[in-house]
Amino acid sequence: MNRYIPLTQEDQKYMLEKIGVKGIDDLFSDIPESIKLNRKLNINDSYSELEVQKLMKRLSNQNNNLDDYTSFLGAGSYDHYIPSVVRHIASRSEFYTSYTPYQPEVSQGTLQYIFEFQSMMAELTGMDVINASMYDGATATAEAAIMAIRVNNRSKVAVSSTIHPETWKVLETYCHFREIKLIKIPEIDGKTDLEDLKLIDSDTAAVIIQSPNFYGVVEDVAPIEKVTHENKSLLIMNVDPISLGIAKSPGEYRADIVVGEGQSLGIPQNFGGPYLGFIGTTEKLMRKMPGRICGLTNDVDGKQGFVLTLQAREQHIRREKATSNICSNQSLCALMAVVYLSVMGREGIVDVAKQCISKANYTMEKLLETNKFKKVYPGPIFKEFVLETALDADKIEKALYEEKIIGPLNISRLKKDKKNQLLFAVTEKRTREEIDKMVDIIKEVH
Amino acid sequence: MKNYNQLMIDLSKKGRKAYALPDNDVDVKPLDDYLPKELQRTTKPYLPEVYEVDVIRHYTNLSNKNYGVDTGFYPLGSCTMKYNPKINEDMASLDGFTKLHPYQNENTVQGSLALLYDLGQKLSEITGMDGFSLQPAAGAQGELTGLMIIKKYHEDRNDIKRRKIIVPDSSHGTNPASVTAVGYDIIEIKSDKNGGVDMEALQAVLNEETAGLMLTNPSTLGLFEKNIVEISRLVHEAGGLVYYDGANMNAIMGITRPGDMGFDIVHLNLHKTFTTPHGGGGPGAGPVGVRADLVDYLPYPTVEKKEDTYYWDHNRPKSIGRIMGFYGQFGVLVRAYTYILTMGAEGLKRVSEAAVLNANYLQSQLKEHFKLPIDTICKHEFVLSGTGGISKYRTLDMAKRMLDYGIHPPTIYFPLIIDEAMMIEPTETETLETLDRFIDIMLKIKKEGEENPELLRNAPITTVVRRLDEVKAARKPIVKWSRE
Repeated sequence: MNRYIPLTQEDQKYMLEKIGVKGIDDLFSDIPESIKLNRKLNINDSYSELEVQKLMKRLSNQNNNLDDYTSFLGAGSYDHYIPSVVRHIASRSEFYTSYTPYQPEVSQGTLQYIFEFQSMMAELTGMDVINASMYDGATATAEAAIMAIRVNNRSKVAVSSTIHPETWKVLETYCHFREIKLIKIPEIDGKTDLEDLKLIDSDTAAVIIQSPNFYGVVEDVAPIEKVTHENKSLLIMNVDPISLGIAKSPGEYRADIVVGEGQSLGIPQNFGGPYLGFIGTTEKLMRKMPGRICGLTNDVDGKQGFVLTLQAREQHIRREKATSNICSNQSLCALMAVVYLSVMGREGIVDVAKQCISKANYTMEKLLETNKFKKVYPGPIFKEFVLETALDADKIEKALYEEKIIGPLNISRLKKDKKNQLLFAVTEKRTREEIDKMVDIIKEVH
Repeated sequence: MKNYNQLMIDLSKKGRKAYALPDNDVDVKPLDDYLPKELQRTTKPYLPEVYEVDVIRHYTNLSNKNYGVDTGFYPLGSCTMKYNPKINEDMASLDGFTKLHPYQNENTVQGSLALLYDLGQKLSEITGMDGFSLQPAAGAQGELTGLMIIKKYHEDRNDIKRRKIIVPDSSHGTNPASVTAVGYDIIEIKSDKNGGVDMEALQAVLNEETAGLMLTNPSTLGLFEKNIVEISRLVHEAGGLVYYDGANMNAIMGITRPGDMGFDIVHLNLHKTFTTPHGGGGPGAGPVGVRADLVDYLPYPTVEKKEDTYYWDHNRPKSIGRIMGFYGQFGVLVRAYTYILTMGAEGLKRVSEAAVLNANYLQSQLKEHFKLPIDTICKHEFVLSGTGGISKYRTLDMAKRMLDYGIHPPTIYFPLIIDEAMMIEPTETETLETLDRFIDIMLKIKKEGEENPELLRNAPITTVVRRLDEVKAARKPIVKWSRE
């Protein structure tokens, strides 16, 4: 007997009789003998709960986790503060064991938190509408590019070189197979090169700008917005939601589509996933957007309630004509984000952003004071920054690691042409003591 | 508390707070010194100001308005709503898995890499494939990945006139939508009278433009495709590849394998067959497996092993590319791995046996009372016509009435080829008593429908809200709270 399968021998006998077959094998008689396995799968035998726990703990202990290490590593995955409340709510199995809310009468919990997620993200980004979430920030960006093509029927999408290199890779994959042309707008001083905006023309469906960009630099989107809209192209902004506590929002920049990675909003780093992609747009383009959207309505008695809406865009209705093949959303991660945003509230989100920007700037100044680093990009920065060094990056990594610090990202790992450049991430969680310690260790590296 | 009806923003009161950040202990300058004024936002976002108890009570109250597998029976066909073991959650919450940065040095994450490597091996054995990518985030992204592999395979052979993907008319909506997403065209073929692929229709459309065929087996009708070996052979002969949509893998584990049926590419839905929770709509995971000569096309990076050390292999020139920002839904993969350890080879086979037994039992008891369009042994699910031609009420009304009896209704109106379809998948984690109770409820509802159809049309009456006005929601969408 297995603890998840309640079938007793007696049950089985009774059920087979009722069905009118002799044995379980008869229920598989429709499978041709030639393709039957007729041997045991060559995987493990079953383990007891205690054995599984031991095995899994042994594996997890082979990892060095960020509870024991102080992290200055970012580049798309960040060590932000996660309030206890988040895990407690996300662990409620009424939420996590439910399906997509296709039966709204028994899914009002899920639907309402999605509605609240949409509301809070719309507030943060300044957009008219945000959907129920996407797989991650990179795929949300690719979906935005495809959406733009659908909106204005043009053939190419222009992307700033300052975008996260892995987001670019995902864009490349999606666009290659969809037969969409991608062009790169060059960068200068760690920012999108405004001189090269002439690449944007009447055949450009959209311009994609990440801000803060991969180098941590907050881009000035205003001149880009001007050229983009002059060419009747769509402006797609990829943003870090935490930065929006203080940074000018995509709505204020009159962006047409906003996307981003929401992991910073209360979601564990999880070795890269599950994370939380988001996508939003203007009221005008709402019906072109991919993914689920929750809307407010009322029931037959006039009582307020929520439903999935505008489903005529989606694959289960439109099949090959759908706005995307996406079927799910990252619902549980959206729940974490909405609880996080509820906890932080309108003051907290600003406080977090201010701590990030001041701690990152403090760290950068301290590192520059060691005379072992050179500032390569003038900024302004938010929670990450790039410094160039003549020191051996591996030596820095090793020295820090010995003192239980996970150091910055060596950019050459993702961008081969960038030598000796390190990307540091400093969130509100880093203390002055931790920062000073990191700087002191690097001082001693030769 | 089912009448709880507040939005989080309604609880807001200026001056309250639910967070506690440490003091900012570095030297702080005015914001303008860091960020020029013109790059700053002008107003604070309109987020709630509440204290911690508000947050907990609000979302606890919302959770009480939800129905999950932990609440009760959830026979939602094609979704495999089985029990989500609690140990899976505990293991996925270990600090050694959750508190890891994806770019950490490989030497510091050997445990995670070993897990991923071993999971890939196990999934390969379960499906009869030669290599797996664990990157796809969901079933739909698995399909997309598989189709990209098909396209790249033809591109590399310079066989670019192959642009057509064949799917049966019973297929899930993501199949045709994924075909569009790779720029291919779709050809839908009719099912035969037994719900299988119509062999003549298939042969009629196979030609030098065929890129591939997508198939679920057992089909969305819950029936095993008996001709599968012949189907694979025909598609291969025409130069196409055969793609396996793993939505219904719960019926055949340890009994037969997609690889042995002739499939070239498969995706699995770990949130169905491998008990990771559906999470109210995600995150799931849709790993993709391929036969040996397609392994090079899998998304990069893949996890490889050299002696006793695991590493990420980014250097894969034939790969379709990257499809996720990092490595996919790692936390979900940990859960699935835990489940496979718990079940073992014999346990997984027993899962499929019990799932198929439960479905056949329900089918045998219900077919006396409801119209069963295709009367044969089913696999893990079956499709009834809910109303069977009675026009006083619809299958939708039956589903809504079921909510009043405290169970989640089956999938309705899918697959599209069955009139008033009701697709029932009990899964292996339900007792005989639960199945019998479901049968009783189905019969009761049928009787109610015959005697008083109004009762069904007005259902549900006991839920926190009753039928919602979807037309109103779509006509003038309200998709966020107002600022008043």
